[in-house]
Amino acid sequence: MDEKQFLIEKVLAAKADLNQREVTETLALLRHDTVNLPVVYIGSGTCGKVAGANETFKAVNKYLEEKNIKAEVVQVGCIGLCSYEPLVDIQLPGKARISFRNVTHEIVETLLDDIFNSEVPFDHVLGQFNNKRHNKWDNVPLINELPFFKLQHRIVLANCGISNPDSISDYIARGGYQTYLKCIRNYTGEKICNIVDQSALRGRGGGGYRTGEKWIMAHNTVSDQKYLVCNAAESDPGAFMDRAIIEGDPHLLLEGIAITAYAIGATKAYIYVMDEYSQAYFMLNQAITQLKEYGLIGYNVFDSGVDFKIILVKGPGAFVCGEETALINSIEGKRGMPRPKPPYPAIEGLFGKPTVINNVETLANIPFILRHGPLHFNEIGIPEARGTKVFAISGKAMITGLVEVPMGTKIRDIIFKIAGGVKDDKDFKAVQIGGPSGSCLPASQLDLTVGYESLWNEGAIIGSGGMIVMDEDTCMVDIAKFFMNFLQKESCGKCIPCREGTRRIHEILENITRRPTGESGFEVLERFKGIMQLADLSEVIRDTSLCGLGQTAPNPLLSAMKWFREEFEEHVFDRKCRAGVCKELRLFYIDVDKCIGCVACLRKCPSNAIVGQPRQPHFIIEEKCIGCGICFDVCKFVAVKLK
Amino acid sequence: MLFDIEVNGKTIKAKREDTILMALERNGLKVPTLCHIKDLLPSGACRMCVVEVEGRQGLIPACSHPVEEWMKVRTHSPRVIKARKTNTELLLSNHPDDCLYCERNGNCELQKLAEDLNVRERRFYGKKNKYKTDPSSASLLRDPAKCILCGRCIRICEEIQKITALEFIGRGNKTQVGPAFNKGMNLSSCINCGQCVMVCPTGALAEKQYPAKLQDALHNPAVKTVIQCSPTLSVTLAEEFGLRAGKDIEGIMYAALRKLGFDFVFDTSFGADLLITEQATEFYNRLKEGTILPMFSSCCPAWIKYIEQTHPDLLGNVSACKSPQQMLGALVSNHFAPLAGMSADDIYSVSAMPCIAKKFESQREQMTHKGITDVDLVLTTRELARLIRLNGIDIEQVDPEHSDQPYQSRSTAGKMLAVSGGLTEALIRTLHFLITGKETSLLKIQELRSGKGRKEYFVKIGEYKLGFAVVNGIGNVEPLISEIKKGRTDIHYIEVMACDGGCVGGGGQPIHPENNNIKARAKSIYELDEKESNKFAHQNASLQSVYNLFLLNPGSEVSLTHLYTTYEEREVMR
Amino acid sequence: MQASLDDIINRYKAGSRESLLPLLQDIQIEFGYLNEEAILKVGQHIKLPSSKVYGIATFYDQFRFVQKGKFHIKVCRGTSCHMHGSLNILREVERVLNLKEGQTSRDGRFSLEAVSCMGACGSAPVLNVNGEFKTAIAIPDIAQIINFYKSTI
Repeated sequence: MDEKQFLIEKVLAAKADLNQREVTETLALLRHDTVNLPVVYIGSGTCGKVAGANETFKAVNKYLEEKNIKAEVVQVGCIGLCSYEPLVDIQLPGKARISFRNVTHEIVETLLDDIFNSEVPFDHVLGQFNNKRHNKWDNVPLINELPFFKLQHRIVLANCGISNPDSISDYIARGGYQTYLKCIRNYTGEKICNIVDQSALRGRGGGGYRTGEKWIMAHNTVSDQKYLVCNAAESDPGAFMDRAIIEGDPHLLLEGIAITAYAIGATKAYIYVMDEYSQAYFMLNQAITQLKEYGLIGYNVFDSGVDFKIILVKGPGAFVCGEETALINSIEGKRGMPRPKPPYPAIEGLFGKPTVINNVETLANIPFILRHGPLHFNEIGIPEARGTKVFAISGKAMITGLVEVPMGTKIRDIIFKIAGGVKDDKDFKAVQIGGPSGSCLPASQLDLTVGYESLWNEGAIIGSGGMIVMDEDTCMVDIAKFFMNFLQKESCGKCIPCREGTRRIHEILENITRRPTGESGFEVLERFKGIMQLADLSEVIRDTSLCGLGQTAPNPLLSAMKWFREEFEEHVFDRKCRAGVCKELRLFYIDVDKCIGCVACLRKCPSNAIVGQPRQPHFIIEEKCIGCGICFDVCKFVAVKLK
Repeated sequence: MLFDIEVNGKTIKAKREDTILMALERNGLKVPTLCHIKDLLPSGACRMCVVEVEGRQGLIPACSHPVEEWMKVRTHSPRVIKARKTNTELLLSNHPDDCLYCERNGNCELQKLAEDLNVRERRFYGKKNKYKTDPSSASLLRDPAKCILCGRCIRICEEIQKITALEFIGRGNKTQVGPAFNKGMNLSSCINCGQCVMVCPTGALAEKQYPAKLQDALHNPAVKTVIQCSPTLSVTLAEEFGLRAGKDIEGIMYAALRKLGFDFVFDTSFGADLLITEQATEFYNRLKEGTILPMFSSCCPAWIKYIEQTHPDLLGNVSACKSPQQMLGALVSNHFAPLAGMSADDIYSVSAMPCIAKKFESQREQMTHKGITDVDLVLTTRELARLIRLNGIDIEQVDPEHSDQPYQSRSTAGKMLAVSGGLTEALIRTLHFLITGKETSLLKIQELRSGKGRKEYFVKIGEYKLGFAVVNGIGNVEPLISEIKKGRTDIHYIEVMACDGGCVGGGGQPIHPENNNIKARAKSIYELDEKESNKFAHQNASLQSVYNLFLLNPGSEVSLTHLYTTYEEREVMR
Repeated sequence: MQASLDDIINRYKAGSRESLLPLLQDIQIEFGYLNEEAILKVGQHIKLPSSKVYGIATFYDQFRFVQKGKFHIKVCRGTSCHMHGSLNILREVERVLNLKEGQTSRDGRFSLEAVSCMGACGSAPVLNVNGEFKTAIAIPDIAQIINFYKSTI
């Protein structure tokens, strides 16, 4: 009996007896709980590959071939420790799975030499996994006791970086698709909708709408055809939760999709993945093919009478397509511009039919809720927000990567306990959460907790879950400018406030971070006038924009102005950037004691702002200086200094 | 079912399935909008119609949001006004600001909004998008810099006219509206109907103008200037001077034109009578000889371009008759000029039309005979009105005059070409005479006077059982064509006018964003037909004398040389 | 062997608006960009006017209307990379190649694109040449990287 036949007949079939010894043992093998051969796991998510996982993979295979060692090599997704990639785990028969960090191809040989001789190369060790069946390594910490993992509560990331995302057997061996089959065999769609409603799950994509309510609305709308759309159009800069879930555990998402579609009465589901996510697309495509082979989608799934089809769509690159009505237009083959709501998609959505749109993380929670019941889910988190939230931590954090914490966790704990604080011993300045239309919070707000209303009340949003840590070298005006630039580029151009307003805000911010030489009185007036308009303009953009992108577009500006007003004022009045980021505001001077008059800077200065005779100290004429910093770079005697 | 909602503290009645905007309009409350088009699905792009709804965080667009019973709406609260004003200022901050040089100065929705909202100070500065104008089309001038991206032109072109020559290109603040590959309009599938011009709130789309040439001609004593006015013009020109829509000022118009300096003033209705006579003959011949049927009308140049580019296989079905404008133009050069002892070279022949496609038509290769164009210049209703104003003519103080001989008289049949179905009615009258030798008593065919986009009428004339189809709005033509292609044979004559309502709704007409006045104009034409005695094209006395002295009879050699044309397949980017 | 334009188009059902974007994507994968012929043909197949097809394609960042360079350089402009100075990286690449973002060099060797996030936030700042990532780059590395590719042609 081959693997597939075994899983279908003994595990997934209606009369399966999962307690049979033969079955439990095979399942343990399939999910690598017990192994007969050494297994090498290589973190091969996109982050891993960027860090060189492909080379590591080749090196491992070459090593095994050369040494004639029989072992299995598995490419797994991302466990969340992006800054430690490439990660390599090794599991010897009977021994606990042990994890190593930064295993580039150069060190593969020594690392494997050590481990196959049962020695631990402590330089690279991260920790070992806790499993009662296995013997522990001495002096190696347990992975889930590392500070990074200790405060986390992993539901959707539970198997990311651990299980084999290429293998449907692995997923089924961990109990996968049994919840789905339970649902279609025993539950009505209505019942599932109610369970999800009871669990109080709220959308993880930003709006925080109650998932159950949305489902019930679509479920109750009478129509010959309904659709489910999985929004994987994640394109916030600095957010990669959805990608990691898809790459690390694609079947979890697909099971969530299958259950949801059945619950709302949709026979077709679309998954809209950003085109840049080539690996995620590949993983999903492969997983859907596997589902077809196992008969878990298609006509009459496991004789239940349920028909179900999944269509994978590549989003051709537009941030606004994360907005649900824009996404619908994009799937329909139109320009991805939002439509007015109402009508809401749950009533009139894709191709005019009732459509539920949920994002990846929301759907990935569904199997857990249906497996363990709404009450269990309800125990996690806080009353306004149940369950967990995945964050992508990047920027100047010590550890960048993915974390999943219960709702209600303090932001301070995420940054300082889990992610290890700010790197390079720099001071913490701000954390930007919620993506481009989120906000920057200062140190004084770090005790805010993760949730919906708790953040809204402070003018912040949970967004899709990007969390960017900023240190003292970051200029908050520059950051606000960066986000406004992003938003004005990504605005679809349909409605006036968003199209023209974001551009004007961006220009106003450009003006205050620039120091035009020979600025006329009129231009100065224009600059000050612009600043006076910022608050007004923001209010109108928020009040009148058509979709969420516009309505939240002023957030990065407003929060930066609220919490970092001094920095704004410095830029405006003193024409100074304390972080030294706004290049044109920099002022240089020449230390006469150090300058030997080599004329290197004088020759290179593009604005003829440096004067002096050869072999005599030079001077910088401030009025002419454009702050480009070329003199600073070319001076070999460290005589050019920043004021 | 009606229910109450509260607006500005007062209770008004609203209908279920109404949008807020509809409920407000029915109760006489106005909110501004720049992107809304009546009867089309709301797009919600301009955000000018936003209102405050109690209990809602942001402002709600009235055009797309349905009314609900609990609603308390404020349409002009300070917050709403501020939002509208700021958004208008934002539009202005990316606008060329050259109102004084603009076609639409004084009749611009953006300008009016800025005025109404009391925009008096420049608050936003910044980069403006720089675009080149697109002068490639003979009819249309596109100036993307003035475009506010409301999308009306795109929607009218796609959803109503079903041409889809225009679309948004690019994204965000770099978006512009243009044809495929952002090339020239002349290469696009645009049929020059000008409906986009009619809905454009600013001067981004306008008719192509050639003003200098006309001024030269009018003031050059060596050149004799001739103008002909479309049947529609007399009932629409008044609107441009603030008079009642549909008011007929035919005589005043002729007098005004003479004051402008035109040496001879003719009425295109005469050309229309000529067309009806020729086309009825052509049609009757086709019936008798059993050659290609159904026959399509040919007086709408937008329709002609459409069929040339879309259904070249059907070109044989199109009547070979030139349009009234071109027929009269050809007569002026070849009949009137010798008669008046002038050389055709010395005549500058102008026409005033409710249409911008006529500009394109007059430049067609086939409309030139021995190096002389039938019509040298086409003005729209709007351009003519401007010309009258420019010359300081107060039309309320002008005494009516007649048009000039030898084309002075006209029938009301010719006048009927102004409205959709009018050509067919007029043609049936003459056809009846051709077949039976008697005049018909059926002078009011209600089936052809409805406001529908597609009308059909079946009648027995003599021994012939005939079917007539009338299409107005080019978007309605495709279903009929596919029926014909699938073998439908009960239709023998098809009149197609590209604009809604026929020429009274043409793209060269006065622009009134809130009311297009099509019905009032049509009513005026029908009243004329009722009132006046000569209702038959073939009874037109001037026409009869032109036949006697020059053309001899319909379809004669002379007619064929001057009044008939050919068509050719046209490659465009579709 | 390269699939012909018609082959790709015929993979999709005629008249189905839904297949417009996937079809354009397939064409771009095969030919590297969308030319006029492709847009006109796709329009005929999908039964959509070319103005619409062009308008839709220009909405999305993915579609290109000029051929990519032999080496296509993407500079990440995501938040994390921005904080690590990616704007300066972009300017430096522009300077070294004498190209602006979105352009292809006249000799067809290089093209440059700024993208919003490549998801390599942990290794910021990053750039990507024909799919190969260069991580944690500094300004002086750039000339070196580009010279390496120049020397391979």
